[in-house]
Amino acid sequence: MDITALLLSRIQFAFTITFHIIFPSFTIGLAAWLTVLETLGLATGRPVYRVIFEFWLKIFGVAFGLGVVSGIVMAFQFGTNWSVLSRMSGPIQGPLLMYETFTAFMLEASFFGVLIFGRSRVPPWFYLFSTAMVALGTTFSAFWIMVNNSWMQVPTGYVMENGSFVPNDWTKIIFNSVVWSRFPHMLLASYLTGAFCVAATGAWYVLRKLYHAESRIMLRMGLGLAAALMPIQLFFGHLNGIYVDTYQPSKMAAIEGRWNDEKPAGEVLFAWPDVEHRRNQFAITLPPPLGSLIDSDSLTAGEAGLNSIPRENWPPVVVPFFAFRVMVGCGLLMLGLAWLGSYQSYRHRLAYNRPLLWLTFLSFPLPFVAIITGWFTAEVGRQPWVVYGMLRTADAVTPFLTTREATISLTIFCSVYAFIFLFGTFYIYRLIRIGPVRKQFEVPHLVVPNRPMSLADDEPLQTPSHIIAGE
Amino acid sequence: MVMFWVSLLAISILLYVILDGVDLGVGLLFGLAKDEARRGAMLSAVAPIWDGNETWLVVTAVILWGAFPLVYATLLSALYLPLIVMLLGLILRGVAFEFRYKTQRLRWIWDLSFAGGSLIATFIQGMTVGALVEGLQFTNGEYSGGPVGWLTPFACICGIGLCLGYALLGACWLVRKCEDKVCDVARRQIPILAVGVLAFLVVVFAYALVENLPILHRWIDRPYLFIFPSIGAIAAIVLALSILNHNDYLPFYMVALIFVSAFGTLALSFWPYMIPSVIAVDQAAAPLSSLVFMFWGCGVIVFPLMLVYTVVSYSVFRGKVRPTDGYGH
Repeated sequence: MDITALLLSRIQFAFTITFHIIFPSFTIGLAAWLTVLETLGLATGRPVYRVIFEFWLKIFGVAFGLGVVSGIVMAFQFGTNWSVLSRMSGPIQGPLLMYETFTAFMLEASFFGVLIFGRSRVPPWFYLFSTAMVALGTTFSAFWIMVNNSWMQVPTGYVMENGSFVPNDWTKIIFNSVVWSRFPHMLLASYLTGAFCVAATGAWYVLRKLYHAESRIMLRMGLGLAAALMPIQLFFGHLNGIYVDTYQPSKMAAIEGRWNDEKPAGEVLFAWPDVEHRRNQFAITLPPPLGSLIDSDSLTAGEAGLNSIPRENWPPVVVPFFAFRVMVGCGLLMLGLAWLGSYQSYRHRLAYNRPLLWLTFLSFPLPFVAIITGWFTAEVGRQPWVVYGMLRTADAVTPFLTTREATISLTIFCSVYAFIFLFGTFYIYRLIRIGPVRKQFEVPHLVVPNRPMSLADDEPLQTPSHIIAGE
Repeated sequence: MVMFWVSLLAISILLYVILDGVDLGVGLLFGLAKDEARRGAMLSAVAPIWDGNETWLVVTAVILWGAFPLVYATLLSALYLPLIVMLLGLILRGVAFEFRYKTQRLRWIWDLSFAGGSLIATFIQGMTVGALVEGLQFTNGEYSGGPVGWLTPFACICGIGLCLGYALLGACWLVRKCEDKVCDVARRQIPILAVGVLAFLVVVFAYALVENLPILHRWIDRPYLFIFPSIGAIAAIVLALSILNHNDYLPFYMVALIFVSAFGTLALSFWPYMIPSVIAVDQAAAPLSSLVFMFWGCGVIVFPLMLVYTVVSYSVFRGKVRPTDGYGH
């Protein structure tokens, strides 16, 4: 493959968005978790919930900050690298992104300050309200982004005028079934990410025999939430499969490694897709009609194969094929772990089951891997289109972008992101290593809002000293 | 409807320039300050507000994309390298706020990235405006100036000019917010920077005359444009007087007023173009169905809320910061 500005732009977008998604998927889940903790704390009056709340709030602060700085870049990249796309789809994608900025950033920014610095300034109910508002803000953000991306997957509610997509039905754009199966899928994925990170942290403390009460609550709640959500997540995953099968036959064929039209279809469990010879090697295949059943909820439905789709409209088959399997594999592992762990925890045996604790501790990358590979499936599987069926990625790139410019920008993105990522994750690791602090929480009341990462400043071992700003 | 979004865009840009100008300017002056006590105090003066300020840049970007997609697509792609470098400058200075207090040994890295990131971001913003004023090269509505088409002497002068301007804004802010040494130093910097800005304006004007820039003709066509420079001139006089009187509060407002007048001058001399002589407002505007969709939710309901939030955030942190209370350890 030639190194072109197009290829480099695709790599750059993939790199920056992959980097970015790590943090929001984590913070959306954490914000909801914080809301639950604060509610429990208020309802039961047990201080332990407060201790856990303050601990996760610090981690939330750092992750939120990294999500914010890496997110600013995304608002610009459509214009810099994909000028044809942003001109053509601007009338639809622009307003959606604007709604995200205005509704989500607004809520997050206003109440984040209260969340971090306002504990002593506001009544408890308002503090809980602020926590819920931050969670709501992150959810709004996810919602608008999913509407935006779903429109690129299945464009609807528009007419073409003068070479651009002109919206004529916003309800179709926002309230179509694709959005409402993909948005819950992403939201649940974020909650599961939060749940597994919390459970893994709890497991780590149990293994190290630290923070007895806190670690057990984290472990139990994290695994319990995951055990409850995983089946729902699989159900929404299945709904996503249905929309792909209905609207994006080329993506479905690539995901399933299906070369010929089949009616009813079999299901390839594992294989090595050989694109050149248009066949699967080392295939392990389930007999029909299982493929039709999985893809279309039907015993007799015909499923399209890649051979019936023109070669120039194929996605790169290997990436969605494997990314999808990795995602599902992670999902099944998480399901097994969550159910087994919850069962053991229900029988009060989990804390003595060291292998299972180790597995839980080591499970925290699973949701991240599942989210990233899920997005790879969705986005690479959509190729060669950027707006499915309407606009090719190759036609959407900034036409006069040179390879040299793209090389320079990609290089500096990689180096700067690697730099801040290393420091950011190091600080999160350090916060988790130090663990929750049982102290009489007295949040200093003359402190600074609007500084997402400032929480990591108050290391519990030292006296936090904050800026005294103003009166 | 188009006018509504033009006004909202103008307000957002103006808010961004004045608000983020403050903390970028402090970032520039931070590079000049040597001792830790002063650096800590300078950071404290902008720490509560910088993040909210930067949000206005995102607001500007999405208004451009939503309401004027053609300008968003054209401008951002034409200014590819400078914009990406500017974003990375903003990221580096943003994390520096947080990371510099995490380390003693490596603090110089974050100090460098704070001052350097501010410098890069400011210079590029000025350069961008300069390149727009001078006119980028377009063929049939498509940018054709090449990867470094924006890199002209005039654009560089504007970059330096904005550095002086933001630094002036930052110095006025420090005078307002700080005490003792930081305040004294900033007070001494104001006249120097103000003279610098004045010299810059003279150079720009002379350059425009010599090069006979098309934008100049608008001035001859529209004499009422001189109202904005006059406001700026009055503000400059008040600024000089308030400095002489050791007033700590007026200079900031006067410099902000100078920025308003400069922005108004530019905006009106661009009008009705958004990219001079290439893309006009009406031509760039998104279809009515998009504008109306954004109008009710974003424009009427949420935008005022965002303004309220900004005002509240500033009023909570009004008054002087105590220079001894850095937020580090």
